[in-house]
Amino acid sequence: MAGTMKFDLVSPERRLASAEATEVMIPGADGDMTAMEGHAPVILSLRPGILRVSGPEGTAEYALTGGFAEVTASSATVLAEQAVPRAELTAAFVDSMIAGARETAQGATGAARDAADRLLADLEALRATAA
Amino acid sequence: MPSLKALKNRIVSVRNTRKITKAMQMVAAAKLRRAQEAAVAARPYAERMNAVIGGLAAAAAGSDAAPRLLRGTGQDRVHLLVVMTSERGLCGGFNSSIVRLARARAAELLMQGKTVKFLTVGKKGREQLKRDHADRFVGHIDLSDVRRVGYANARAVAEDVLARFEAGEFDVATIFFNRFRSVISQEPTAQQVIPAAWEAAGDRGLYDYEPSEEAILADLLPRGIATRLFTALLENAASEQGARMTAMDNATRNAGDMIDRLTIQYNRSRQAAITKELIEIISGAEAL
Repeated sequence: MAGTMKFDLVSPERRLASAEATEVMIPGADGDMTAMEGHAPVILSLRPGILRVSGPEGTAEYALTGGFAEVTASSATVLAEQAVPRAELTAAFVDSMIAGARETAQGATGAARDAADRLLADLEALRATAA
Repeated sequence: MPSLKALKNRIVSVRNTRKITKAMQMVAAAKLRRAQEAAVAARPYAERMNAVIGGLAAAAAGSDAAPRLLRGTGQDRVHLLVVMTSERGLCGGFNSSIVRLARARAAELLMQGKTVKFLTVGKKGREQLKRDHADRFVGHIDLSDVRRVGYANARAVAEDVLARFEAGEFDVATIFFNRFRSVISQEPTAQQVIPAAWEAAGDRGLYDYEPSEEAILADLLPRGIATRLFTALLENAASEQGARMTAMDNATRNAGDMIDRLTIQYNRSRQAAITKELIEIISGAEAL
């Protein structure tokens, strides 16, 4: 049985969740990663996706739209630009974000274009889970 | 000497004004509480953001590879002053104090031969600055339809500012807002956001960075600036309500004093009129 770590989910407007967790699955920009107690300290940026938190009180899922996370041996703090509980994620919400991302992708070139395309793909994957 | 009727009208009118200012004061008190809650709720995010950026910026500072947002353009010629004021008036010296500070800074920069540009947020500041800086306005962001300032609003302002920075429109950006000290005290504050000074957080230990330190810093800096603007907007919102509450409290008290004074004057005039009539009747009777 693994120990627990302190988990915080913060958006610019308020603290969304603060709890003890045994494992936190974070949608990192370079791939998903699961943080557990004793993890090496890492700061990673996020892509739009699903954050899954498992703890003594069960599992909670949140849909994020990017931001970054700070993981230490005893805590995981996720700073999300926007975050909603998975259950409240609506297709319309993701659609509006996809429209915005598409616009950016069209105007961008080079590396910015790649980043925008990747964001778009991530959002579309998120869209599929929201349906 | 105004007539009795005129005095009576005056009293009624002042009494109505007092009702309005009293109501505004109570509304401001309720809004202030909400604004303060919002400011407190936003604090954890801003603190973490500043700490992480502080750590990264300290490591990146001095190197040539540091992002332009951190390093600046290497020049100090064109200054952008972002003046954040309220959309509504009747809040005491709230807007004037911000504008005064911005105006002093602008005068100082102009004396040094720098170019000054204004970006206004909230129409009250724009109105006040229009008189002598109208030709220096480069943009305006209207928040009059916004009931509660959200992060999206701050991001819109940040995007505007960052796009101008990318386009090379200015070298240094400073925001002007009122820092909320207490209900009766708000402090006009100027804060430089581009290039920003991030206070290095003490010893934060060693972190791995994913994807890379530079990539994260480049990703975080715009967010950090948006967060600073958001904090400023929230402080401003709380200050505005605090200033309005104080101003309306004073107005209510003034109206009360005025009503007392007018009532005394009214009673005296009425008594004088009665006495005069009595004298006329008595002297009329004596003459018979």
